[in-house]
Amino acid sequence: MARGRLAQPLTGKQRLAYFRVVVDVFRALDDETRRLILDELTARDGQSLFEICSVLTMRHGISSSRQAISQHLAVLEEAGLVTTQRQGRTKLHHFDPAPLAAIVRRWPTATRGNR
Amino acid sequence: MRIQLTSIFVDDQQAARAFYTDVLGFTVRHDVPLGDDFWLTVVSPEDPDGPELLLEPAGHPAVKPYRDALVEDGIPLAQFAVEDVQAEYDRLTGLGVVFTQPPTDVGPAVVAVLDDTCGNLVQLITTRPEPIQPEEPRD
Repeated sequence: MARGRLAQPLTGKQRLAYFRVVVDVFRALDDETRRLILDELTARDGQSLFEICSVLTMRHGISSSRQAISQHLAVLEEAGLVTTQRQGRTKLHHFDPAPLAAIVRRWPTATRGNR
Repeated sequence: MRIQLTSIFVDDQQAARAFYTDVLGFTVRHDVPLGDDFWLTVVSPEDPDGPELLLEPAGHPAVKPYRDALVEDGIPLAQFAVEDVQAEYDRLTGLGVVFTQPPTDVGPAVVAVLDDTCGNLVQLITTRPEPIQPEEPRD
């Protein structure tokens, strides 16, 4: 994965792939409902679409349709922030923070002012 | 008008009879042979004259794609009220029941979702009559 090798300079296609990941992550995060989905998956990882819809409605007053939430999940999945895995016959969603690391590597907070 | 009977499809009526009585704790109301199948209904022992749940054979070709799609998204087909979701969760997991969703506090209620081993997901719910204490305003 290109994301794992960012310590070395990126060139050509690798560089394009890196920017594509970062752009997708920013687009995915540019929505309050999607940020809340990540909050809820952080609180409890591995939730079905039904559970995500339940907590968004009951805890956050989000009245979007199940189809709309499903589309939000697709955007998060495309950005690599959410992965899905089957438990029995039910599809569960997991939060993967790995793409966020690309942002931190680009603008490291720990090294600020030390350069 | 009142709800007298509602139905869910089950893969195997014998297994469903066992699960809905021995495990969940309902009682059989009707168990009438009908060809190869049964007219099989259960009721809550807490409300024996209340609504019956028909455990209907899942033979119709439309049933499988319908239920598969719902189970994939974790959507329950029925909801049962219980005194204490957490206590039922502990009791049922002790009996080997699989939950797709553990007890979850959603504010006015606590819910959990279990697999009925007959092809369906079922939600258990304990509703709170009213908020115990007013919550701090959140921003």
